Amino acid sequence: MSILIDKNTRLIVQGITGREGIFHTSRMLAYGTQVVAGVTPGKGGEWVLDGKVPVFDTVHRAVEITGANASVIFVPASFAPDAILEASDANVPLIVCITEGIPIQDMMRVRRFLDQDGVRLVGPNSPGLLTPGGCKVGIIPGHITEPGNVGIVSRSGTLTYEVLYALKMEGIGVSTCVGIGGDPINGTSFTDILGMFEADPHTEKVVIIGEIGGRDEEIAAEYISERMTKQVVAFIAGRTAPPGKRMGHAGAIVEGGTGLAVDKINSLEAVGAAVAEHPEKIPDLLK
Amino acid sequence: MKLHEYRSKQLFSKFGIPIPRGRVAMTAHEAKTIARELGCPVVIKAQVLVGGRGKAGGIRLVHTPEEAEEAATQVLGMQINGLPVRKVLVDEAAEISSEIYLGVTNDRAIRSPVMMASAEGGVDIEEVARTHPDKIVRTYIDPLLGFQDHQARYLAVAIELARDHWREFINIACGLYRAYKSSDATLAEINPLVITGDNRLLALDGKMVLDDNALFRHSDLAEMRDIDEEEAIEREARRFGLSYVKLDGSIGCMVNGAGLAMATMDVVKLFGGEPANFLDIGGGAGADKVSAALQLILRDPNVKVVMFNIFGGITRCDEVARGILATLEEVDTDLPMVARLVGTNEEEGRRLLAEADLVTATSLADAAEKAVALAGKGASK
Repeated sequence: MSILIDKNTRLIVQGITGREGIFHTSRMLAYGTQVVAGVTPGKGGEWVLDGKVPVFDTVHRAVEITGANASVIFVPASFAPDAILEASDANVPLIVCITEGIPIQDMMRVRRFLDQDGVRLVGPNSPGLLTPGGCKVGIIPGHITEPGNVGIVSRSGTLTYEVLYALKMEGIGVSTCVGIGGDPINGTSFTDILGMFEADPHTEKVVIIGEIGGRDEEIAAEYISERMTKQVVAFIAGRTAPPGKRMGHAGAIVEGGTGLAVDKINSLEAVGAAVAEHPEKIPDLLK
Repeated sequence: MKLHEYRSKQLFSKFGIPIPRGRVAMTAHEAKTIARELGCPVVIKAQVLVGGRGKAGGIRLVHTPEEAEEAATQVLGMQINGLPVRKVLVDEAAEISSEIYLGVTNDRAIRSPVMMASAEGGVDIEEVARTHPDKIVRTYIDPLLGFQDHQARYLAVAIELARDHWREFINIACGLYRAYKSSDATLAEINPLVITGDNRLLALDGKMVLDDNALFRHSDLAEMRDIDEEEAIEREARRFGLSYVKLDGSIGCMVNGAGLAMATMDVVKLFGGEPANFLDIGGGAGADKVSAALQLILRDPNVKVVMFNIFGGITRCDEVARGILATLEEVDTDLPMVARLVGTNEEEGRRLLAEADLVTATSLADAAEKAVALAGKGASK
């Protein structure tokens, strides 16, 4: 019924005592996610949210005691690379980084290390993941979508919510929604997630929400042509974005003629993926 | 953030890269004094953060201190591609026998730094990349290991550099990588790296772009930001934590989230309008931030309609509505406004705005259609 996260996910929250960390932990608990522990160095031994969640000083200790198998990171950008590496060092198999603004050279080193280490990072600069009715890791609002058989993968946050909501209005549910993040260097690509959706028996169709910058959508198009049997529908944001300007996301920039929306749209259409004119048209294309 | 040529070269010099003797001048008189100290001929170079300085006449070779003063007077009064020249670099002139390109940047697809070299430096390297991509050689750098000597040798051989320059070249390439790494650059380039008449390597021009997200650990470099680099309105937006990009259209857009902000611009265009800006107020913006954002939009004289597209998650629609209303009380404007608020506390938000006579919309398409229609009316008045 899902990829990466489900009812059996046992989650720790790194940075749980921060403003964002505590707020979103309460939302994740309310959704039914098993948040088994939090980590804030120096606050080990405390309990948060009316004694519901224990806090540990290190990820190692949190994993050892609670048997956690996923982590979500809400720590500030200057500490986030260390937090990712700490989770990896504690052998947490799924690490989801919400933090925005991590220096790109840090991310290149972290990603290279994780490639050798074999753990999966989703993000950074990601809204997280949501398996409707099962588990929420991150900040995607739970009430705007229902369980179903459409898989969603996106580089964006609120634009994804827009699409989830448009699908819900048309009665279309979602298997899992994955935000891979808006940074130029991230842990998981469109192609990685497409492969998981292709293999997931409960996902029948897939929606890709891309944007200007980089070539991840073009690489996804190659993958669709070679490996995907399931229907893929897409939306690409930034047709009107001027070249050379960073559009909010660190990764959303057309540089030296690379990363144009029109190239991504053409690549996807060439392999049979329908590309929506605007996000509210996605439900029509799935019918 | 871009660094000026003289700042870039000063940084290169710290890492053992040979640069011409020279100093920066704010006035023509200063330029004359520096020229006299250095001994002529010297080159007067406009310090602006755009390309095409040479073609615009911003680089002059002069043979006497008096000529230096005259050239500096002209260059300091120039605008190059819209940017005023406020400083000139006075460098001792070098005799050039050949020009090399050497640069290090981030390769997004490979997820590694890449060092590039070409024997065809000096001219527009992007043109070389387009027409003769084989003339640029690349070596990818493991971000955990850093740049290795053998990679510098690989480049030296590939660009057919004479053997007696290898030692210097390896030192320069290693220094350039260290400059890039230690300052969290996204680009560090020497173009041209020249072989001089007396057969030395010399970094004649330099360029660095720094990662804005890493400036928190480089306060010394952050202070070097040239305020002319970005538009005043974009600079102000950054101060409020807003992400704003000025465009040429008539429909001002305020959106939460970067992807949604881009999609909103696209939908405006799809319905026949032109967006006046990209504006992302971020997640969880309070009334103050919304108010600052609206005031920025209203400062653009091209704006005929304002369109709000808010998908509330951690951003609360009632809070956004309050920010809009507070601004309208302060600012005198009769521009039509279209609001589409969905998500957290949307009923309250919509109720507040309906009282204030804003046009409300239910979907993104609906909002764009209404905004475009209103902009059309405004234009025909």
